[in-house]
Amino acid sequence: MKEQLEKIRQEALASMERADVLDKLNDIRVAYLGKKGELTQLLKGMRDVSAEERPKVGQMVNETRQALEEALEKKRAELQAKAQEMQLATEVIDVTLPARKHSFGHRHPNTTVLEEVERIFVGMGYEIVDGPEIEYDYYNFEALNIPKNHPARDEQDTFYINDNIVLRTQTSSVQAHVMETRKPPIRILSPGRVYRSDEVDATHSPSFHQIEGLVIDKNITFADLKGTLLEFSKELFGPDTRIKFRPHHFPFTEPSAEVDVSCFKCGGKGCRFCKGSGWLEILGCGMVHPHVLEMSGIDPEEYTGFAFGVGLERITLLKYEIDDMRLLYENDTRFLKQF
Amino acid sequence: MNTALSWIRAYVPELDCTAQEYTDAMTLTGTKVEGFECLDKNLEKIVVGQITKIDPHPDADKLVVCQVDVGNEALQIVTGAPNVTVGAKVPVVLDGGRVAGGHDGGPMPEDGIRIKKGKLRGVESFGMMCSIEELGSSRDFYPEAPENGIYIFPEDTPVGADAVEVLGLHDVVFEYEITSNRVDCYSILGIAREAAATFNKPFCPPEVKATGNDENASDYISVRVEAQDLCPRFCARVVKNVKIGPSPAWMQRRLAASGIRPINNLVDITNYVMEEYGQPMHAYDLDTIRGHQIVVRRAQNGDTFTTLDGQERKLDENVLMICDGEGYIGIAGIMGGENSMITDHVHTMLFEAANFDGTNVRLSAKRIGLRTDASGKFEKGLDPNNAQAAIDRACQLIEELGAGEVVGGMVDVYPEKREPSVVKFSPEKANALLGTDVSVEEMREIFRKIELDWDEEAGTVTAPTFRQDIHCQADLAEEVVRFSGYANVPTTLPTGEATTGKLPFAERVEGVCRDVAESCGFSQAMTYSFESPKVFDKLSLPADDVRRQAIQISNPLGEDYSVMRTSAWNGMLASLSTNYNRRQKQARLYELAKIYLPKALPLTELPDERTKLVLGFYGDGDFYDMKGVVEEVLEKLGMTQRVHYDPQSGEPFLHPGRQAKIVYDGKEIGVLGEVHPKTAAVYGIGEKTYVAELDMPQVTEMADFDRKYLGLARFPAVSRDISMVVPRSVLAGQIEEVIETKGGKLLESYSLFDIYEGAQILAGFKSMAYNVTLRSKDHTLTDQEVTEVMDRILKGLDALGIQRRA
Repeated sequence: MKEQLEKIRQEALASMERADVLDKLNDIRVAYLGKKGELTQLLKGMRDVSAEERPKVGQMVNETRQALEEALEKKRAELQAKAQEMQLATEVIDVTLPARKHSFGHRHPNTTVLEEVERIFVGMGYEIVDGPEIEYDYYNFEALNIPKNHPARDEQDTFYINDNIVLRTQTSSVQAHVMETRKPPIRILSPGRVYRSDEVDATHSPSFHQIEGLVIDKNITFADLKGTLLEFSKELFGPDTRIKFRPHHFPFTEPSAEVDVSCFKCGGKGCRFCKGSGWLEILGCGMVHPHVLEMSGIDPEEYTGFAFGVGLERITLLKYEIDDMRLLYENDTRFLKQF
Repeated sequence: MNTALSWIRAYVPELDCTAQEYTDAMTLTGTKVEGFECLDKNLEKIVVGQITKIDPHPDADKLVVCQVDVGNEALQIVTGAPNVTVGAKVPVVLDGGRVAGGHDGGPMPEDGIRIKKGKLRGVESFGMMCSIEELGSSRDFYPEAPENGIYIFPEDTPVGADAVEVLGLHDVVFEYEITSNRVDCYSILGIAREAAATFNKPFCPPEVKATGNDENASDYISVRVEAQDLCPRFCARVVKNVKIGPSPAWMQRRLAASGIRPINNLVDITNYVMEEYGQPMHAYDLDTIRGHQIVVRRAQNGDTFTTLDGQERKLDENVLMICDGEGYIGIAGIMGGENSMITDHVHTMLFEAANFDGTNVRLSAKRIGLRTDASGKFEKGLDPNNAQAAIDRACQLIEELGAGEVVGGMVDVYPEKREPSVVKFSPEKANALLGTDVSVEEMREIFRKIELDWDEEAGTVTAPTFRQDIHCQADLAEEVVRFSGYANVPTTLPTGEATTGKLPFAERVEGVCRDVAESCGFSQAMTYSFESPKVFDKLSLPADDVRRQAIQISNPLGEDYSVMRTSAWNGMLASLSTNYNRRQKQARLYELAKIYLPKALPLTELPDERTKLVLGFYGDGDFYDMKGVVEEVLEKLGMTQRVHYDPQSGEPFLHPGRQAKIVYDGKEIGVLGEVHPKTAAVYGIGEKTYVAELDMPQVTEMADFDRKYLGLARFPAVSRDISMVVPRSVLAGQIEEVIETKGGKLLESYSLFDIYEGAQILAGFKSMAYNVTLRSKDHTLTDQEVTEVMDRILKGLDALGIQRRA
């Protein structure tokens, strides 16, 4: 009996060794362990074994069965791995062939910059508000300390609808609307289109965008304006950005300033981009003129505030090194795809 | 405004800085320097030489060989210039020196032209004699220079001297951007005052002494101002025995540096004082003034007048005129008349220094179409007290230059003297506004430098009348911080009550639209808000279409930009056309475009500004792709109800059989369709083009970002197919409407999986097949339930005249 078992075992292992495909392995399983397999047959011969020997022999048969099953499983795993390996070898592809892309559209660079600016100021507690583009003369000029016949009106090359209604020349027109309808503390940002009668060329457009900021509260200072714009510039142009305030004049702010940021191409050393100066002019700002506050019903003795106006296209052109403003309004998809 | 550094230095003698230092420092105190030009750029090793001998060139008829004494040596120089003579003193560039340009006065090379010794037709030449053009200037500014040839110095010029120095070209010309509030800085003295304050140097304006003989100007002329509102002051002085001649070199140099061509002593003095004081003046030939009388009054409508440039000008009642006893002799503040102009034969001259209303001058100049240097100054609104200072300075120069005999006294019509403004000032408030800690001493010093008189006890500052920009505490705070330094203001952030940053809901909705459009392959366009009225015809809008009621710009850049758009279609089609014309195989664009709908025309109240989401594409896709994008947008905006499409949308620029109104919750929120081939042709797009538009205000109202979890299905679904033969006129939308309404709660979804027209199907019919999925949330459906729902749906379909197929 023992010898028989050992013989079956040796034979089975030997044929397993020879097996080279999974199917053959299955045949071996049937031949030895199947219902009519040799081992099963042997088990049937148990009747002839004495009662004392039976458990012993039973254990031997089971051990052999277990050993064969383990060997089969091991061989199966081996053959399977080999088969998969061969399969994979046939499936090699050229990974350098062109990608198949999902064709997304592209956001207008103006919008990308605007969203960035809005994100910065919303983070500082500003609310984004909208204002009309076709505007009463009063809000665009008079409420901003620019009475009728003020020379500043000529400077701004205004488009008129009629004597009382204009295409706004500046987003500052939103200031009086906001001050008339809200109480301090006011912190708003108002982006939008403005219009000036400039002929279209590489650096001018009769329609462009500004972003107006307005803060009114008790104890707002010129230093706060400087600090706010420094934070903004660092966020937008990088943490090493410096700013320079230069005195300027706007009828609706006093004191007023123009603001340069250190050139983000050369870091301020001077390059072709900043025309060697190391600085780029980006915005105008100032402390809200007390008369402007007064006209909109805010007591200048109690409240002060600051305002600033950023030219969106100016920043877009600088940031993306676009050399012709007309590209922003042509909507050539070859242009838009670059952003 | 351009000024020479030398002229500024005349009044700030201790000013000692480089051009760049000046530029930076002045800009930081508010006098913005836009740029500067060094007049001696590329002028190197140029001295005054004297020609001692001239010999003909042995081999060239047009050349001569000169021996030139340059002080320490004698040089042989070959020249082709026609005007050289023995004894003449000329500018000589030595070997290795440099000049600015060529003798033809053409564009100057960036690095000038280097001069080296060499041979000209075999004869050695050790330098070059130069023309004024080679020295970087022109006869405009050196009228004594010959038209063709070497510049000749006056006889008393020392040989060997620096020729550039002698010519007054060691100078820098600055160009400024003066802000409109600083009228006083449109003058040399104004800028010099700022320069002195900026560099902490003494300001020394010219000393104007009393001038004139013992006669009295009032014996020569009388002045009557009828239009006092437009002429607050009129000063007149008289000069007799006028001697016209060239003005001295120093005056010519200063004028030239300011870009003014020297003419003769009288003209030059007038221009000089205008630059120096910022006060325009006018000189009349007194002998032409009829009645020895000046009257300042408004013109009469329709009159004409010939100005001294020989042009006839049309006048109206708002133009202020200078008249004599009989008629007009000048347009106030703009230009004098031909009839009273100074000629070479002038004997007695009348000087006018007046003050005119700036706005009136500006508007008149605009209407007449004649802007002059004088009107440019007047329109800024000048200080009447400056008029007398200027006229006295002019008379002083007349005397100094020996240009005539100044008559004593001045005729001055000045009924309401302009007084200095007195402004309340508190140093604490200034520091509070600025967020600074500027000391009282520093403020005191700043005010002193710029001639502001601070009465600390009274708490007031008196500003001289030339500072018309100072009216309130904030103005004075600006003066303080200009000189204490914007750079020295600390950087802080606003304190006080916190505010919440907010994005309006409409902007969030727009953001979703952008995201969806872009993920569907559409790129964002931006187009102008104004367009041509021809657009309405391009879009075939009927005559009574309300969109033709567009707001017109009264002063547009041209017809193409003359009306505010009432729809966003043109911008989209034009942009697609641009891409098509540039050979782009396909293009997908979207725009969030404002349109402007007047409530009534002419406009009396502000129009309705509505944002439209407009989408458009050509190439690679059809109507249903566009429809898909629209539905993606609405779905992402939480507009999950069924969208209805009404084919009766009637847009003339869309294909009549391929367009639909987009209806949501019973409201028309937009339109989509294929562009009509004739419209596509008008825009030059040779591909089928699809467009859609959504009205953002309505969409924003209906958008909803609230979401509720609906659970995951736990019970099995039952799926049934419905195959049918449908009359052509029945729309899929109608079938789906039936499926939805009859399907009720158990309807989970449905989809069209087959549609066919043609062979095997009766003409006028189409074959359609839908798959319907039913499911219950809380139990497994029974056959009976399924049959009931399907029967209801099928009955509903029967009512549409649909035949079911087995």
